[in-house]
Amino acid sequence: MALVLNDEQTMLRDTARSFLSGEAPVAALRQLRDGHVAEGFSRELWKQFAEMGFAGVLIPEDFGGVGLGHVEAGVVAEEIGRNLTATPFLSTAVLTASALLHGGSDAQKQAWLPKIAGGEIIGALAVDEGAKHRPEKTALQATRTGNGFTLNGAKTFVVDGHVADLLVVAARTSGQPGETQGLTLFLVAGDASGVSRERTVMVDAHNAARISFDNVQVDADAALGPVDGGHELLERVLNVGRAVLAAELSGVGGQAFDITQAYVKERSQFGRIIGEFQSLQHRSAHLFSELEVTRAAVIKALQTLDANPDKAATIVAVAKARAGASTELAVQEGVQMHGGNGMTDAFDIGLYMKRARVAQELLGDSNFHADRLARANGY
Amino acid sequence: MADLETFRAETRAWLEANCPAEMRTPTEDEEDTVWGGRNPTFRNDAQRVWLERMGAKGWTAPEWPAAYGGGGLTREEAKILAAEMRDLGCRSPLSSFGIWMLGPALLKYGSEEQKKKYLPPIVRGEIRWCQGYSEPGAGSDLASLQTRAEDRGDHFLVNGSKIWTSYANKADWIFCLVRTDPTAPKHEGISFLLFDMASPGVSTQPILLISGSSPFCQTFFDDVKVPKDQLVGIPNKGWEIAKYLLTHERNSISSMGGRAHRPVHEVAAQHVGLDDRGELDDNLLRAQIARLEVDEIAFELAMERAGDMAKRGEIHGAYSSLLKYYGSELNKRRHEILMSSGGSDALEWESDRSEHGAAPRAWLRTKANSIEGGTSEVQLNILAKRILELPGA
Repeated sequence: MALVLNDEQTMLRDTARSFLSGEAPVAALRQLRDGHVAEGFSRELWKQFAEMGFAGVLIPEDFGGVGLGHVEAGVVAEEIGRNLTATPFLSTAVLTASALLHGGSDAQKQAWLPKIAGGEIIGALAVDEGAKHRPEKTALQATRTGNGFTLNGAKTFVVDGHVADLLVVAARTSGQPGETQGLTLFLVAGDASGVSRERTVMVDAHNAARISFDNVQVDADAALGPVDGGHELLERVLNVGRAVLAAELSGVGGQAFDITQAYVKERSQFGRIIGEFQSLQHRSAHLFSELEVTRAAVIKALQTLDANPDKAATIVAVAKARAGASTELAVQEGVQMHGGNGMTDAFDIGLYMKRARVAQELLGDSNFHADRLARANGY
Repeated sequence: MADLETFRAETRAWLEANCPAEMRTPTEDEEDTVWGGRNPTFRNDAQRVWLERMGAKGWTAPEWPAAYGGGGLTREEAKILAAEMRDLGCRSPLSSFGIWMLGPALLKYGSEEQKKKYLPPIVRGEIRWCQGYSEPGAGSDLASLQTRAEDRGDHFLVNGSKIWTSYANKADWIFCLVRTDPTAPKHEGISFLLFDMASPGVSTQPILLISGSSPFCQTFFDDVKVPKDQLVGIPNKGWEIAKYLLTHERNSISSMGGRAHRPVHEVAAQHVGLDDRGELDDNLLRAQIARLEVDEIAFELAMERAGDMAKRGEIHGAYSSLLKYYGSELNKRRHEILMSSGGSDALEWESDRSEHGAAPRAWLRTKANSIEGGTSEVQLNILAKRILELPGA
């Protein structure tokens, strides 16, 4: 398959680009941040996401979605990245929808997927428990009690967890933290008894939460996918999220590069446009090369999730590792090339740096994914 | 799509039946590379058989038209051939400046007679070409070249000298940039000539390099007579051909950044060893290798994507500079890490055990990657000027 967007995907990109730059530009993020909006995102915008078909991009038509693929989800995510849009797209339309799609029973899918596609609910995936992404170290306990399970433990860095109606929680039903066997995913209502949530306002002014589970009771049919054998499902869902997030990072880096290029073509010092200086030209050209190489890995990862999902793990690791590293370079060079202006809140480049840091960390950073590649290759 | 799957199955069956077992192992040293030519050297019969079979199918140049001996494959078919060859571990049957550089230029600028005459022997590996570009006084500033070709009625008379002519002492023919109008501005008096290295007046002098070998030569032309029908394109308009050919040279150099070689982690596992968790017993080296391999996979995809963009007419003309810059820097980085992975084993310069210093010689050879075909700095200048459109570049 050619590593370029086809005509339909290009049209979708153009639609998403004009919609997001019109309805949810960087200025919208500033309003959410400076207005201290409690929910941290615009429900009105999320409704529009549903109307545009973005909320149901991965959801089949039978469940109310538009039944497109991961490449299309990545196309939307890249434009989200370009505009730094605060939206539950990743948490709800990508991670929660994928968990239900690949692990849900018919009843579970029927209950939730149409609501996601319709923009009626927010979902969130609760995995991390420590400062670094280590899914197999899940310790949150789910013990069998009566007709169901009781959950005890805590999650952190749960994107959109503070507003989620539905939580997909990775829990340990057997084995020890560090083991892949013994993991189970559960569907838990965001307002279930025993769930307490603290919104964590983060550096990028996007949303996450710390959530604790204190004797939270769920029925047996709250288990999503196989009990004790949830690791494979979790990895599959995480890989979808990682690839889509890599696309978002690609948008963050691409836009940071574009606004920096515009700046160096306009700013004058020593009587010259600073873009005339070879030191900035060579660094710009190097950065452009890094971003282009990343693009190839990202589209390949998304295409592989569509065409050959069982073999996607390696290329997803490559894509997320690359996207994290090259976007980090883009925002660092961006701030530096903006000089003193780059340090001011008035210029957008700093906001790109902040988002890049969060997205780099989310779902495994570049080191995590390089390590995964090494393990997959037997060293 | 069904046709492509049929093609895949047939291609795989043909490769399995026709690629000798000895040609399905990673290349280890320079003698594993086959260059063909009038007096070819083959390390073993398998190399000869593999070249003949692939050449007969035109699969040494899969996307060239069948009318000129090429494989006549579509891009999608060529991708399948490459994927199946990689999957089976098939070596490239032929390394050839004719295929990588001259062929694309002839296909675009050559006359019908020139295409018919020169392309089929390139595909079959029967004529080995070398490149007459750089001169002692014209390196990064290539267009200041001074080698003269005077019009003497029925022929050109060529005088001058070229440098860094790779394998000139082993090549049969040369494609050569010459100055046909010394009074014109430097980019406008250049022509593109082809001639036989056996012509009277051609001599070569190998240059000893830091790798201890002499793949490059200085090449001298002393009253060399070249028939006029061996000029490609329009007289004095050779710079356009020169630049077009350079984009192909850059692509072929950048492909060294791909994964055609033995994976670095295998080399490291052999020399450094694994610890009781099954990880390389040097955790910082392991991290370097993991990051390198991330970049190698991504870069290989970037080359594939560039080909796809070109097929759709959506690629910038200067994109080859990106691939050349990135691929050559990546290959240098790989060899630095390979040396570290080999430790003291990789330091031996003589001895059969070290294959006569294959590792350090290859490492030193890669230092030319970011110089030949235009330095990394020249590529960055080109990217800044032509793609990023930065002022004054």
